[in-house]
Amino acid sequence: MVGITSYGAYIPLHRIDRNVIYSAMGWLDPATYMAGEKAVGNYDEDAVTMAVAAGMNCLNGIDRHIIDGVYFGSVTLPYKERQNAGIIATALDLRSDIKTADFAGSTKSGTTALLSAYDAIKAGSAKNILVCAADCRIGKPGSPQEESYGDGAAAFLLGENDIIASFQGSYSVSYDFMDSWVADVERFSRLGESRWIREEGYTKFIPEAVTGLAERYKLEPKAVAKIGFPCLYPREHAGIGKRLGLEPGQIQEHMLNTLGDTGTAYPLILLVTALEEANPKDNIVIASFGYGSDALWFQATEKLTAIKDKRKGVKKYLASKQMLTNYQKYVTFRNIITVEKGVRGETVPWEQVSLAWRNRRELLGLVGSKCKKCGTPQYPRQRVCVNPACKAIDNMEDYNFSDKKGSLFTYTEDHLVFNFNPPQIYGMVDFDGGGRFWYDITDCASDSLKVGLPMEMTFRRKFIDEKRGIYAYSWKAMPVRV
Amino acid sequence: MGSIKDKVAIIGMGCTKFGERWDADAEDLMVEAFTEAIEDAGIEPKDIQAAWSGTQFVEVNIGSSGIPLARTLKLPFIPTTHVENMCASGSEALRGACYAVASGACDIALALGVEKLKDVGYGGLPDISLGAEGKRSRLVSPNFSAPGNFAMMATRYFSRYGLSPEAGKEMLAKVSAKSHHNGAMCEKAHLRREVSVETIMKAPIVAWPLGLYDCCGVSDGAAAAIVVRADMAKTFRPDPVYVKALQISVSSGEELMYTDYDYTHVEPTYRAGQAAYAEAGVKNPREEISMAEVHDCFSITEAVTMEDLQFSPRGKVKEDIDAGRFDLDGEQPIQTDGGLKCFGHPIGASGLRMMYEEYKQLQGKCGPRQVKNPKLGLTHNLGGFPPSCAISVIIVGN
Repeated sequence: MVGITSYGAYIPLHRIDRNVIYSAMGWLDPATYMAGEKAVGNYDEDAVTMAVAAGMNCLNGIDRHIIDGVYFGSVTLPYKERQNAGIIATALDLRSDIKTADFAGSTKSGTTALLSAYDAIKAGSAKNILVCAADCRIGKPGSPQEESYGDGAAAFLLGENDIIASFQGSYSVSYDFMDSWVADVERFSRLGESRWIREEGYTKFIPEAVTGLAERYKLEPKAVAKIGFPCLYPREHAGIGKRLGLEPGQIQEHMLNTLGDTGTAYPLILLVTALEEANPKDNIVIASFGYGSDALWFQATEKLTAIKDKRKGVKKYLASKQMLTNYQKYVTFRNIITVEKGVRGETVPWEQVSLAWRNRRELLGLVGSKCKKCGTPQYPRQRVCVNPACKAIDNMEDYNFSDKKGSLFTYTEDHLVFNFNPPQIYGMVDFDGGGRFWYDITDCASDSLKVGLPMEMTFRRKFIDEKRGIYAYSWKAMPVRV
Repeated sequence: MGSIKDKVAIIGMGCTKFGERWDADAEDLMVEAFTEAIEDAGIEPKDIQAAWSGTQFVEVNIGSSGIPLARTLKLPFIPTTHVENMCASGSEALRGACYAVASGACDIALALGVEKLKDVGYGGLPDISLGAEGKRSRLVSPNFSAPGNFAMMATRYFSRYGLSPEAGKEMLAKVSAKSHHNGAMCEKAHLRREVSVETIMKAPIVAWPLGLYDCCGVSDGAAAAIVVRADMAKTFRPDPVYVKALQISVSSGEELMYTDYDYTHVEPTYRAGQAAYAEAGVKNPREEISMAEVHDCFSITEAVTMEDLQFSPRGKVKEDIDAGRFDLDGEQPIQTDGGLKCFGHPIGASGLRMMYEEYKQLQGKCGPRQVKNPKLGLTHNLGGFPPSCAISVIIVGN
């Protein structure tokens, strides 16, 4: 049997009330009005960093050496060339003899990645595959996408042992239906006419995939505990449920008004939410949308109960939020408008790729060293032990700091250094179990820190080398969030 | 441990006007300080047998190697070396000259520190990614500034000793107000204005809890010293100043990566001080050191340095500050020329600028800010950040 063995989700800290966007840009096209709020990534987040956050949560308590592959689905890949799944695998400090792939081009690529992982395990070419999906889409100012798009990520580990939800079957449809597209030279998506998308695509492809699944496996509507599919239009979303013969209670809450349309991550986030609420034996169906639809059927097992407390899940992340009350900040964080950084802010070191490669586990994986003689964990990696009473040479083993919590030893809020969300906050973290170093601190409001505050680590963009087109990733500290 | 006590004397010094020297290149500043130093010593350039220059951000001003010094001052074919230990580079140049003379390798040596900071186009120090930190460090360390690094020491100090932000900031404000008072009397100082404790406390924050007046001036400037064998010093002038101790101590990573360090003091300052007192034969620094120029890059640095140099007991510097101990008319005047705070901080020049003040004080030439009958003067120069730094402590006397 093959199925889901773990799950994780990630929703960024910031939310923006759509009224804030509408107040700023609604004058351009009053019809763009949407209710509710949506999640927006911080200035240092993108699809890769959010996928790593979801992946870290998914792998909590799991031996990372068992993972044979990473599949990543997104339509907002930070790199067109440089494999994004490879960055995620390095950040999670996985083995190097694994298969990695980016799944892109449509918002159903996350479910397709799940299906491909299932196929590989079923065929026997891998035992455990991590599937991540994340999107961080931006809409042109004044566009409906600017109102609807939200940022988020989800991750699943698929395998054959300790299954929490078994894979029961799937049905896919694929169409070159241009509801939303981005050409290679474009930054923003373009949409077809919404009436056409609703009538010819959205309300047809999802029912076609789900009905196909039900007929293929003789799955009765009343046997389904929950079905989750993206909500692009609230009225049609409810209509699809009715057409499929489902009661409102069987439809997974779509979160369009609390989280937004998270693109490729959307159906996977719905699956996490469904699992959080599921009981053993529950049948869960999720369907994606975008150039067709994949419908996937899972059945929860007894092992689901035990894992729930160890996962942050969607609900806790949704509850943990800070409102972004300023539209200008939102478009600055997403690099939609160009702000004055000053000469100091423009001065960034060039990323030396050979150095980054040599130190990839330290820089991208936050792997330090632990002295085998005295047991002192240390970061950055040292050849000579930093413990003044030890100083053993070349007697170290790898030690991963990325999943360690700690406490804030000291900090400052710096107004001199440029930051897209000033002040620039940084401080020193004393890790539980030993080790100390200083880090940038993110996802933290001014005036909210104090000495001794519990901290955790988070993978972020450290700086952008615009001249050479490089996002330099690294780990930052943040107050423990959920 | 060996000692160079009383083996070396300073017979001439020069120091430029510090400040935003839009009129001058680094080379102009070098000539200005050098000219004053050789005139003060009564020697000619050809008498100099070896030379050391100290500059940190070479890539934004003089360029690397000993060549810029030799070329600018036209010191032909003598051993000339560039040294760098971040903000302690000026003291490092002086150390090169003193050790060379003490070893007998030469009789007359030049130490010159220079820094031209105000051509980078923005406030504060040049961005560390321009070369002051290793490449790997830029990728693992925070995107920080100098004030932020020292601010973290104030955060810890306030937390450890139970000072409210107001009480802590008031203590630091008194440190800066004192330096402004002294700097206002000093013609070559960068910032020459008295500032009240109230104004200092209300100033905009640069890096919490440090405000504008907790930070030293970012300046251009140069300073130079002529060093000779102690036994020949009086043939040049009647009042040479003798080196009693010269010690350097450098962090090896434990403060940054091992959890013993408290970040409320600077360990290498304590170590260099201890070594210098042993070399000079000082038993009670609080009583025996007449005056000091310490590395007050930020007000908190001066405060904890008073404790590290044992001028104040641990955790008690606030009492001494409140009692006016370190004021010009106090028992142990500190920063009689305004310090880095007001005289200014052209990185490579600062260690030698400190020595310029102690030299002039010991010769009784400081006019309205003259310390009465000084016996021993101390300079303390800090390169780097509290958990990772190079410290020099030098003691001089007649």
